[in-house]
Amino acid sequence: MSGVTSAAATNGGAGRAVLEACGVTKRFGGLTAVSGVDLTVTEGEIVGLIGPNGAGKTTFFNCLTGMEVPTSGEIRYRGRRLGGSPDRITAAGVARTFQNIRLFPNMTVLENVLVGRHCRTKEGLFSAIGRGRNFKREERESRARSTELLDLVGLRRAADDLARNLNYGDQRRLEIARAMATEPGLLLLDEPTAGMNAAETRGAGELVRRIRDQGLTVVVIEHDMRFIFGLCDRVAVLVQGQKLTEGTPAEVQSDPRVIAAYLGTPGS
Amino acid sequence: MSDGRAARLRAAVVAAARHHVAPRRLPVAVGGAGLTVVGALTPWATFAFGYPGKMTLAGFPGGARAYLLVLAVPALFCLTAWPGRRAAATAGGAGVVAVAAGNLVAIANQGGGLGAVAYGAWLGTAGAVLLLAAALSCPPDAPPALAEGRQPPMVERAVAAASLGVVLAFVWYGLGVDEPTRFASFVATVGFGAGALAGLGVTGWLESLYQRHRAVTLTAAALAALAFPFTQHGTAQWIRVFTYIGILAAAAIGLNVVVGLAGLLDLGYIAFFGVGAYVAALVSGAGVTTSHIVLPFGVAMVLGACVAAVFGVVIGAPTLRLRGDYLAIVTLAFGEIFRIVVNNWNSVTRGPNGLSRIPHLAVGSFDFGAPHRVLGFNLPHFANYYFLALLVLAWVVLVFTRLNDSRIGRAWVAIREDETAAAAMGINTVRLKLLAFAIGAFLAGTAGTVNSHFGTQVSPEQYTFLDSITLLAAVVLGGMGTVPGALIGATALILIPEKLRAFQDPRLLLFGLALVLMMRFRPEGIAPSRRRQRELHEEAGADALSAPPGSGR
Repeated sequence: MSGVTSAAATNGGAGRAVLEACGVTKRFGGLTAVSGVDLTVTEGEIVGLIGPNGAGKTTFFNCLTGMEVPTSGEIRYRGRRLGGSPDRITAAGVARTFQNIRLFPNMTVLENVLVGRHCRTKEGLFSAIGRGRNFKREERESRARSTELLDLVGLRRAADDLARNLNYGDQRRLEIARAMATEPGLLLLDEPTAGMNAAETRGAGELVRRIRDQGLTVVVIEHDMRFIFGLCDRVAVLVQGQKLTEGTPAEVQSDPRVIAAYLGTPGS
Repeated sequence: MSDGRAARLRAAVVAAARHHVAPRRLPVAVGGAGLTVVGALTPWATFAFGYPGKMTLAGFPGGARAYLLVLAVPALFCLTAWPGRRAAATAGGAGVVAVAAGNLVAIANQGGGLGAVAYGAWLGTAGAVLLLAAALSCPPDAPPALAEGRQPPMVERAVAAASLGVVLAFVWYGLGVDEPTRFASFVATVGFGAGALAGLGVTGWLESLYQRHRAVTLTAAALAALAFPFTQHGTAQWIRVFTYIGILAAAAIGLNVVVGLAGLLDLGYIAFFGVGAYVAALVSGAGVTTSHIVLPFGVAMVLGACVAAVFGVVIGAPTLRLRGDYLAIVTLAFGEIFRIVVNNWNSVTRGPNGLSRIPHLAVGSFDFGAPHRVLGFNLPHFANYYFLALLVLAWVVLVFTRLNDSRIGRAWVAIREDETAAAAMGINTVRLKLLAFAIGAFLAGTAGTVNSHFGTQVSPEQYTFLDSITLLAAVVLGGMGTVPGALIGATALILIPEKLRAFQDPRLLLFGLALVLMMRFRPEGIAPSRRRQRELHEEAGADALSAPPGSGR
């Protein structure tokens, strides 16, 4: 948790920089999926990441969370270089959800969240076999925290159901609770409202705000423009792997290049 | 034809089928059951002697014929007095068919052709087919509600304990059935009978009882296991078999950590068992070893288990980055490497001769090699190993259940479910998979050390690929990821072949057939985890209630 860096200062943000991505590039053979993307996110912000299909948004998330190794570029979290395997990045404080829901389908809802507690608990093999006082206390605390998170996303009543039997919207919210259980400082949400109806989408927006109010910083990929522009403090637009523009929702909304990227330029 | 008309037509056909088939089902069922009963009371074999099992007697359901009555009468009951219990009636009917047709074939086979088959066999088999047909014509039934039923706690505890007593009585009775066809019929009767009980919701209810009253269940099971050697009138045969079952069950539970929890397919697992056995043999002071190291058994046990765990790590470290099929192939190769090395390393393992004359254990002045007299009962020397095996089994069960219900167990299951998501949740997947491998190997090694003293010799042909498969089959057959599953699986896979020695040749065929039937009708295993049962029998989404257990549709 080191101090303010120069990148955060130049960004003009009031808070400290939580995430600084500089020139992140990812090539798959001849295809450049992400090309030199810079993104700085400061404490307590909700930042939207939009762009047409195939713009490289999810690949960018994968680079941030260690699921892909960027070809070049640097990623810092609270001033410290992020790198290595996904579990170490999660332990450092960056958690994510998945665009195509990846819950543990045959575990219960509560167990799914408890798995998220793994990197914040430490009782090991012998402790688990011996069942000492520390083990029981830690287990109790994990359960309490997980139940609290299920309350937050409104799934407490379903705690003992199998994750696979939840409906789509509930599965997405469970993914958020599971990611929250890793006690992240930065939460990356990949299309959290995909497949939701209008009411559920509004609920998801509320949920993201509540999460921010708990002190987390959020980056969200979404195709639902009303959701993004209503929720985010800042929006970055990715097109063909490059960052086209970045600004407040109003700025981005009125940018003709953004409209062209989504709808095509007339006459071309 | 429009969709609406097609739907109406289908509804009309279904209604007509209900009206017309239903009244006809009753006479078919009654007729079938009647024929079966008549068949059971009339002679099945024409020759007077030579064919064992009292199948030639008239007016008395001798031999395997008694099992026909055991299955046919309740099946008829399900079809008439308690209509609509299709799953139960079908299981009963299928059991009658299996027993009847199986005995008919066996008589023809042993009697030298169909000439040896008497009219009773034809009557009984025909009745069985009719009964099954009647059962199959029932509409699919609703899921049994018995599982939800609650009784006063005392009653529930008594039922839980008594049901285990019934199981024990069945085992005892089964051990006494000597004649192979009759034993096969007995196994079929128990299997299909259990299927019928599952169709009525009885087994589901019992499972919920066991879960609610774990202490009573565990105590009853432990008492039954401890009492077993005292029921054998000083004979060693079944104590020896059950000791072996206990040892292999311990190994199977170790494999369950790897396969059932972490979801890593290990096809060479018997090698870890072998490592433990060889290590224990080498430090036991066996007459044929060159090492002349003699360690106390407690030390040897820990040593054997640790060496096996080290092998687990050594095999796992380079291979656990592989997924699925690749890992299976590498473990398969490791199993073979172990067997071949042991077979050729003459200076240490004495090659194909193996290490023999491993001395019996002696703890203080207690000699494991001698019979003892306890509470006025004479116990053969195998009983000593039986109790030791129970102790080791209890320890392995403790390790398994406690790990399963901890953050480590949850991480293993998460890896099995979705490795990428598990890593994204902060789980070091490589380290945890390695841990699963090491724990599995450790438990197998522990079991192996006991086995080498119990068997007094170790040799390479005890650790073949087929043995790995047997352990794996025990886990899958019993139910992945559970302790009762591994226990039942190991018992079935050792006890049944032991009783069916006469069927040497078709034994593997029968085993394969049983596996296929299991995978079709109860893919989650005999005693599944709640999690896995739901996984395989619930439709995804809201219509979960409309799928009756065992319907598979």
